[in-house]
Amino acid sequence: MDFRDTPEEAAFRAELRSWLEENASRRAIEGGRGDFDEQRAWGGRLYAAGYVGLTWPEEFGGRGLSPTYQAIYLEESARADAPGHPGVIGLNMAGPTIIAWGTDEQKQRYLKPLLSGEEIWCQGFSEPGSGSDLAAGRTSAVLDGDHWVVNGQKVWSSYAHKADWCILVVRTDPDAPKHAGLSYLIVDMHAPGVTVRPLHQITGDPEFNEIFFDDVRVPRESILGRPGDGWKVAMTTLLHERGTLGFALSAELERMVNHLVDLVRQPGPDGRRPADDPLIRDAVAREWIEMQSLRFTNYRALTTLLETGIPGPEGSGVKLAWSEANQRLTSLAQSVFGLHAQVTGDEAPWNGFWQYWQLRARGNTIEAGTSEILRNIIAERVLGLPKGR
Amino acid sequence: MDFAFSEEQEQLRGFARDFLADRYDDVDLARLADSETGVDAEVWPKLAEMGWLDAELTFLDQAVLLEETGYRPLAAPYFSTAVLAAPALDDETAKRVAEGGLTATLAWAEPGVPQGLLDPARATVSGGRLTGEKILVPDGATVDLFVVTAADGLYAVEASAATVTPHRTLDGTRRLATVRFDGAPARPLASGDAAAELLGRIRDRAYAAAALEAVGVAQRALDLLVAYAKERKQFGKPIGVYQAVSHKASDVYVRLQEARSLAYWAAWCVAEDDPMARQACLAAKAFAAEAAVFACENAIQGHGGIGFTWEHVLHRYYKRAQWLAAFDGPARDQHAEIAAFLLD
Repeated sequence: MDFRDTPEEAAFRAELRSWLEENASRRAIEGGRGDFDEQRAWGGRLYAAGYVGLTWPEEFGGRGLSPTYQAIYLEESARADAPGHPGVIGLNMAGPTIIAWGTDEQKQRYLKPLLSGEEIWCQGFSEPGSGSDLAAGRTSAVLDGDHWVVNGQKVWSSYAHKADWCILVVRTDPDAPKHAGLSYLIVDMHAPGVTVRPLHQITGDPEFNEIFFDDVRVPRESILGRPGDGWKVAMTTLLHERGTLGFALSAELERMVNHLVDLVRQPGPDGRRPADDPLIRDAVAREWIEMQSLRFTNYRALTTLLETGIPGPEGSGVKLAWSEANQRLTSLAQSVFGLHAQVTGDEAPWNGFWQYWQLRARGNTIEAGTSEILRNIIAERVLGLPKGR
Repeated sequence: MDFAFSEEQEQLRGFARDFLADRYDDVDLARLADSETGVDAEVWPKLAEMGWLDAELTFLDQAVLLEETGYRPLAAPYFSTAVLAAPALDDETAKRVAEGGLTATLAWAEPGVPQGLLDPARATVSGGRLTGEKILVPDGATVDLFVVTAADGLYAVEASAATVTPHRTLDGTRRLATVRFDGAPARPLASGDAAAELLGRIRDRAYAAAALEAVGVAQRALDLLVAYAKERKQFGKPIGVYQAVSHKASDVYVRLQEARSLAYWAAWCVAEDDPMARQACLAAKAFAAEAAVFACENAIQGHGGIGFTWEHVLHRYYKRAQWLAAFDGPARDQHAEIAAFLLD
């Protein structure tokens, strides 16, 4: 056991830290996600400096480093309060799935522009009638000559309004048992018949979308795996979504804890310092402990990954615990403003930062696997309890 | 960054787990907890034989043992001797401990004044004789030697020179006692700043140790809950099928993993004398003890009526979890110290 960086890791961390100091502008303290074009430009600079795709194979534009380096990148990026790369769906979901299942042509075509942020990806999994029950999706693809013809509707799709490509789960065999009838396509979001309609979240921001597919023609070879492999391929995507994001989450929580500390040390609207209230002090300490526990749980899962090639089961609860911590933390922050927390627009406290993130945090227990589904997964796959379905 | 115990440490864990499982099943544990002293008098020399008391053990080696003695509670003053007392002992006394010839504990709390490990003591020493009253002394009625906090430092006092009044306690295998010293012969161990510094280090270790034990307790409670949820049938199905039960088990699992991560972090910080040791130990103690209580409460609930009976082993674990949570103050006390680091 040794929590210190190796000399190589320490050198990487130091170099990254000074690069971030020189290049990264701090994320604005304001409501909302920030400006997409700025994020995109930032993604390009990160890529040029070699900080995107750290763990990806070198032949596809990555650096072939161990996941430890990605963990260091995420920690340092959060500590510098640097903006994020805009291509999160591509980097965390589409990319790893293409590396695992794609043909050589597909890897050559898609991976580099994905890393550089030139091409943005979105995900078409959930449907109005099937969210948690992914395998019940009804969006169909029927072979017509050299093309799949896609019809249907997807929902809750982040970045779809900016995306160039979509990883899309479709039903290609309506007669097969539900899991076996699925396939996994790569769809051009600029193709005729694709319509994106933004959905407004409870924050008021249009961050996710509905996607309608009306006779969209997709080249026959734009498929990952074979027809009927869709479920297995989708599981690769979700494994990466749930497996590699742990450090992003604990790093994000560290950033929020730091902001919370700043907040409570300032005089509140009534002139009193929240940090002088023992209940607030207790709650802040609790979230700091939670953040550390998630950080070190990630390190434990990472150690298992490095030793066995498979992320350890201890990491399976990180997203579950993080989402609830983020909800508590942001609600605590909003509470210190009293009724001032209601005031929006130019007069909003902290430029609306806490309003936005408190409301946005309600999505954390729903997106990327609801907490109910995650609890089922832990119960069934980690604890070995009998399946309820 | 490497978050794994060494191969030797994992071997030690395996030995410890087998030894404890062979020696104490749940019936033995209950028998010992309800016995006259709450102590398995024959086990101590065996611990020495197995090397559990060696002064050369690193804190990471001890961490493995502490976790396992939480998983299957050891009815012996191991926590008191190896964690609370040992760091204060001189080499010769430490050697007697390692050979299995001596058990010891720390006596710090006094009546009517703040009772934290770092609060000032009022016991006095003059002419090599110690006078004062110590309360809530862990394993106070069964050890051979007391490390006693006094106004000007730490002293060693033989148990035979003290008047010991045992308490009846909820946790039957880690009992508490009131210990009265009336001019008892006392050997100085540390004084002034060195004593304060030593006590600070003892507290860090004790918090890490309590967290590690708590992890063992929580793991056993979870194992019992999961086993029962697989086997117990209601409405024609194992109750683990129902999310009202299985989601509780998942929540316990997640908290347990978080607790374990903090406990290992704290253990490493202690072993390496890391600058974050104080915060890590506070965090681990606060979180892991609460996690153990949470695990036991959910396990009792998941077992229904049987989990609420004296016959079932769960309440033994629950009471140990409560002991650990209360030891040197509840989580809010540790939170207050962490808040001071963060906010002041």
